[in-house]
Amino acid sequence: MEAFLAASIVAAMPLLFATLGELITEKSGSLNLGVEGMMLMGAVIGFITAFYTGNPGAALLGAFAAGAGGALIFAVITVTLRGNQVVTGLTLTIFGTGFSSFVGDPLIGQSVPQAVQAYFAARPIPGLGDIPFLGPVFFRQDVFVYLGYVLVVLVSIYLYKTRFGLNMRAVGENTAAADASGVNVDFQKYAHIVFGGGLCGLGGAYLALVFVPMWQADVVTGRGWIAVALVIFASWNPTKAFFGSFLFGALSILGLRLQSMGFQISQYLVDMFPYVATIVIVILSTHKNRKEDLPPADLSVPYFREER
Amino acid sequence: MILPFKIAKRDDVPKNKAALILILSIVLALVLSGVVLLFFGLNPIKVFGTIVTGSLGSAMRIQQTLIKAIPLTIASLGILVAFKMKFWNIGGEGQIMMGAFAASWVALNNGDLPSPILLPLMAVAAIVGGGVWALIPALFKARMGTNETIFTLMMNYIAIKFVTYLQYGPWKDPAAKGFPKIPAFSGNAVLPNVFGLHAGWIIMIILVAAVFLFMNYTKKGYEITVVGESLDTARYAGMNVSAIILVAMSISGGLLGLVGMVQASAIEHTLTWGLSSGYGFTAIITTWLARLNAITTLFVCLAFAMLLQGADYIQLALNVPSSVAGIVEGIILFFVLGSDFFLRYRVQWIGLARARAEADGLPLRGGAAE
Repeated sequence: MEAFLAASIVAAMPLLFATLGELITEKSGSLNLGVEGMMLMGAVIGFITAFYTGNPGAALLGAFAAGAGGALIFAVITVTLRGNQVVTGLTLTIFGTGFSSFVGDPLIGQSVPQAVQAYFAARPIPGLGDIPFLGPVFFRQDVFVYLGYVLVVLVSIYLYKTRFGLNMRAVGENTAAADASGVNVDFQKYAHIVFGGGLCGLGGAYLALVFVPMWQADVVTGRGWIAVALVIFASWNPTKAFFGSFLFGALSILGLRLQSMGFQISQYLVDMFPYVATIVIVILSTHKNRKEDLPPADLSVPYFREER
Repeated sequence: MILPFKIAKRDDVPKNKAALILILSIVLALVLSGVVLLFFGLNPIKVFGTIVTGSLGSAMRIQQTLIKAIPLTIASLGILVAFKMKFWNIGGEGQIMMGAFAASWVALNNGDLPSPILLPLMAVAAIVGGGVWALIPALFKARMGTNETIFTLMMNYIAIKFVTYLQYGPWKDPAAKGFPKIPAFSGNAVLPNVFGLHAGWIIMIILVAAVFLFMNYTKKGYEITVVGESLDTARYAGMNVSAIILVAMSISGGLLGLVGMVQASAIEHTLTWGLSSGYGFTAIITTWLARLNAITTLFVCLAFAMLLQGADYIQLALNVPSSVAGIVEGIILFFVLGSDFFLRYRVQWIGLARARAEADGLPLRGGAAE
C-alpha cells in the first residue's frame, strides 16, 4: 500500500505542475487549452538540454522557458490581438505536438544521462522520511516532488495572502473594475499566462526526465487535458489541485497494480481508466453552487477598455 | 504605458482588404516557418519546394494528395457544424474511430452481401457510430451545461483504446500468426474507384454542397448559427436550444463517423487503431481558416492535403520528420488568428505627444477626435 501511494505521488507530479500552471492562468482570466502542447514543448526541450549538457538545473530551466515561450504566443494572440482563446489554445496544442515530435525525432529511444538520473533519484528527507506510513509515501521522493510540494504552498500564499495575488484575482473576477482601480490588466494577464505556461513545461519535463526517463514521441498522452479538467475539479484551489493530482496519479497506475495482483484485465481497457474518470469528474463538477467553487467570473471573457 | 497609436473598433472591412490581410498573414507565416526550418539547419526553399513537388509532381502524387483531401474535407464539414454553434467538438478523432468501428463491424459480419447493399449499410452504421459518440457529450452539454471541450477530447482516448483493445484482443485475425491485426474486409466492402480515385471524392463533393445549403438556406442551419452567436437571443426567440445542440452534434459526429467508414473501406481495408491519423485535429485548423464556410473549407483542405502529402514525401526524400507539417500548420493558424485583430480593429498612428495628452485627459490642440 505504501509503495502504491508513493508511486501515485510520482505519477501525480506532471499533473500537479500542469494543473497549478493552468490554475494560475485561469485565475488571471485566460483559458489556455494549450496545456498539452506546452507540456510537450517543455518535455522535449528539457530532455534535449539534459541530454546535451547533463545538467539537471539547465534542463529544468529549459523546460520552463519552452512552456513559457509557448504560453507567450498564446498571450500575444489572445491578450494583445484579442484572438479567440479556445481556438488559439487548441492551435498551441497542435503546434506543440508537432514541435516536440519534430525536435525530438533524432533522440527517440535515447536515455536521460546518468548524472541527471542520479540527481532525480529518491532522496529521503532526514527525520520526515522516518515517520511511519507518511514518510515512505511523501518524504522519500525525488527533488522534483519536493519542488511540487513547495509550489503548492507558495501558490496558495501568493493567491490568497499577497497584494499581487489579489490584483491578479481581481483581473480574473472583474477585469473592468480591476482596470478602473489602476491594475495593469495586460501586464497581469501576460505575467500569469507566461508563468503558468512555464509550470506546464516543467510538468512535461518531469515525464521525460524522471517518469520515463527516455525520449519517446508523445510522452504526455492526454495529461495536459486531464490537468485542464483537474483545475475545474479543484475549484481553482491549489491545495485541492494537489489532492486531485494525487487521486489521478493513483488511478493512472491502478491498472498495473491490479494486473500484478492477478486480475485478468486487458491493458488497453485499463488504460481507459484515467480518461473515463476525467469525464466523470467533469460531469460531477458541472453543478457547483457554492460561491468559492465557481470559476473566475471573467474567465475567457475578452476585454477591450474602449468597448465598454 | 503610453503607445503612439490608438485602437478603435471597426464594423466591416471591404472584402478585398480582408483577403489581402489573410494572404499577407499566410505569407508571413510561411516566412516564419522558413526561419524555423533554417534554425534547424534545413534549407527552407528546398523543403517547401519538395513539399510542392511531392504533392503535385506526378499523377500518383496528386492522387495521394486527393486521397488525403477527402477525409480532411469531410471531417472539416463535421467540425464546421459544431463550431458554428460554438460547441468546441475536439473529439473528431474518436468519432472517426467509432464510425470506422461500426462500419467494420458491418463489413466483417456481412462480407458476402453485394457492394450496393453492403457499402450503404456500412455508411449508415458509421454515421450512427460517430453520431452516438458525439451525442454523449452533447447530451450532457444540453441537459447540464457540462464542459464539452474536455469531454469530447477524453472520448478520443477512450475510442482509440477501445479499437486497440479489439485489434489486440477479440478481433485479432487468427490467421495472422499472432500478428495483431484485424482481418481484411472482403472486396465487396471496399469503395470502388471512379476516374482513378476512390469514390469517397463523390461523397465529399455532395457533402460540401449539402452542408453549404444546410447551413445557409435551412431553418435548422440558421438556428445552429443563432445558438452560436448568442444563446440569449436563441432562447428569447423561442428556440429549443437543447434540441438544436443534439441535432447539430448528431450531424457533426455523423459526418466524422463517415470519415472513419471511408478510411476503413477505401484505404485500410480493415480497422486499425491508427486509422484516424490526426484528421480530427487538423480539421479544426482548416475549418477555422475557412471561416466556417463549407465551400471555402474544400479549398483550404486541398491546400492542407498538399502540406500533409508533401510532409510525408519529404520524410522519404529529405529524411525530414513529417511532423514538420504540424509546426507549419500551427504557425499559419497563429498568424491568421492574430490577423483577425486587424479586421476587427483600426490601428491609428497618433504620435507619442498626442497619446500622452490623451492619457492625461488634457484638451487637445487642433486634433479633434472623430
